[in-house]
Amino acid sequence: MRTTVLAFAALAMALGIAPVSAADTDPALLTKATALMEKDFQSRGIAKVERLKQDDVMSLCTQYRGALPADVAKRVQAEQMATIKFPADGKYMGDWKNGDKIAQSGRGATWSDKPDTVNGGGCYNCHRVSGTELSYGTIGPSLYQFGKLRGGPTEANMKYVYGKLYNSQAYVPCSNMPRFGYHGVLTEAQIKDLVALLLDPESIVNQ
Amino acid sequence: MATVSRPLAYICCTLALCAAGLSAAQDKDPTAAAIEQYRQMLADGNPAELYELRGEELWKTKRGPKNASLEQCDLGLGPGKIKGAYTQLPRYFPDTDRVEDLESRLVTCMVQLQGFDREEVTKKPFGSASYQSDLEALVAYVVSQSRGMKMAVPQEHPKEREAYQLGREIFFYRAGPYDFACATCHSEDGKRIRLQDLPNLTQKKGAQFAYTTWPAYRVSQGELRTMQWRLWDCFRQQRFPEPKYASDATIALTTFLAVNANGAEYAGPAIKR
Ligand code: HEC
Ligand code: HEC
Repeated sequence: MRTTVLAFAALAMALGIAPVSAADTDPALLTKATALMEKDFQSRGIAKVERLKQDDVMSLCTQYRGALPADVAKRVQAEQMATIKFPADGKYMGDWKNGDKIAQSGRGATWSDKPDTVNGGGCYNCHRVSGTELSYGTIGPSLYQFGKLRGGPTEANMKYVYGKLYNSQAYVPCSNMPRFGYHGVLTEAQIKDLVALLLDPESIVNQ
Repeated sequence: MATVSRPLAYICCTLALCAAGLSAAQDKDPTAAAIEQYRQMLADGNPAELYELRGEELWKTKRGPKNASLEQCDLGLGPGKIKGAYTQLPRYFPDTDRVEDLESRLVTCMVQLQGFDREEVTKKPFGSASYQSDLEALVAYVVSQSRGMKMAVPQEHPKEREAYQLGREIFFYRAGPYDFACATCHSEDGKRIRLQDLPNLTQKKGAQFAYTTWPAYRVSQGELRTMQWRLWDCFRQQRFPEPKYASDATIALTTFLAVNANGAEYAGPAIKR
């Protein structure tokens, strides 16, 4: 195993590319890299060293470079689905205008943020969201006209978007999108406002 | 290269050219366009030159408890040899038995040759409006002596190969409240955060463009920023805890990026938004 990985790395290096397509990585190497990071990172402000600790999914996604084998993906997806706490009052939609403010804000959770900084969703960092905001990123797919294209605020749609924001990996294991509810980055009320942003027919997303 | 002085004029010209370069290069692929834009900016001069001059002065001046200059500092090609040294860093150094990048090696020399205290030297490595960093100036000077030369970072010593592999592992390491890794933002072609292009650092083309244009003068900050700063600020955006300056983990990550950039012509210090 180790020699295969090394041989592959050597070959890839000779070809001049980073060996990123290896199906999995040598677990001993990951253990060593983890120990190195534990030695060389320090807490600063709200960003404590405890953040280096990986949960099960993080370490699997690291190890498999985001491409989990089918059986592992299936297990991960079920486990992540079980973490989602849907709203107790059964209401999924809040205020889309508030949702747009949350989507615009990329603030929060860095070592230069204060403990009382209100976290944003940073949605525009990765997605086209409205038709009018032209400064948007492309790591995720366009969400412009999401509600219009998907049939509006049906029960199933509201539940999907709420769940997706709570834990993106319950739907796409190793998704690059943060698990906002799972990590407590966004509150239930914030997620409801974002559901409205995407699904409310009045929202700028659906104009 | 233009002669030095008039930093304000530089910045104004640079911004104007920046806009011109963008529109002229709009329909080409983003990397080619960015390189072209960068060339145009450099042709007009770069405030990084002011840092290079201050760095040269610092390099040659006798300083520290041992009242010595850095002219005998060994950056890997032998004492005092700085021409092309940056194209072969990070590398293994027998005297410290460790792979070192430029910044850690400068610290090593300041400690060994000049007698400075390591803690003291690394306490505030990054400059601000109210504080000048000697390390940033020294870095600017040393890297300027590799401009136009090809990246050739060695992978002969076992510790150099290990640094590459550990760096690669760190690059893909997902953690923190946003589940981010470097790979989240830098492993696909043609992606952006808002309007900022993200180089694909797992591919030769992206790694070469990014690595050979750092360190860089950041117009938005009015500072020359080093590779250690670049990694530090990306870890901040990644919502990670703070990496220690010139630590083994940051050197491993730098080795991964640098080796992926091998073969490209070094073009720093560049000028960036
Ligand atoms: C760091 C990048 C990133 C951020 C930040 C991000 N997303 Fe995503 N998002 C993605 C990616 C990548 C996908 C596609 C893969 C997937 O479905 O998980 C995606 C998928 C989605 C989907 C599913 C789309 C579909 O067709 O079903 C929705 C809805 C969504 N994002 C909404 C949001 C909202 C709202 C926010 C802000 C609170 C947000 N995202 C923040 C990267 C991101
Ligand atoms: C959340 C997104 C994000 C993460 C995670 C991230 N970066 Fe970045 N990175 C960026 C952005 C945005 C820029 C461009 C900044 C700018 O133009 O001001 C950038 C720029 C860079 C550059 C300079 C590229 C150039 O051409 O100037 C390098 C090198 C780099 N990142 C490496 C890394 C490494 C290594 C990691 C992991 C430690 C990392 N990044 C993690 C967003 C990220």
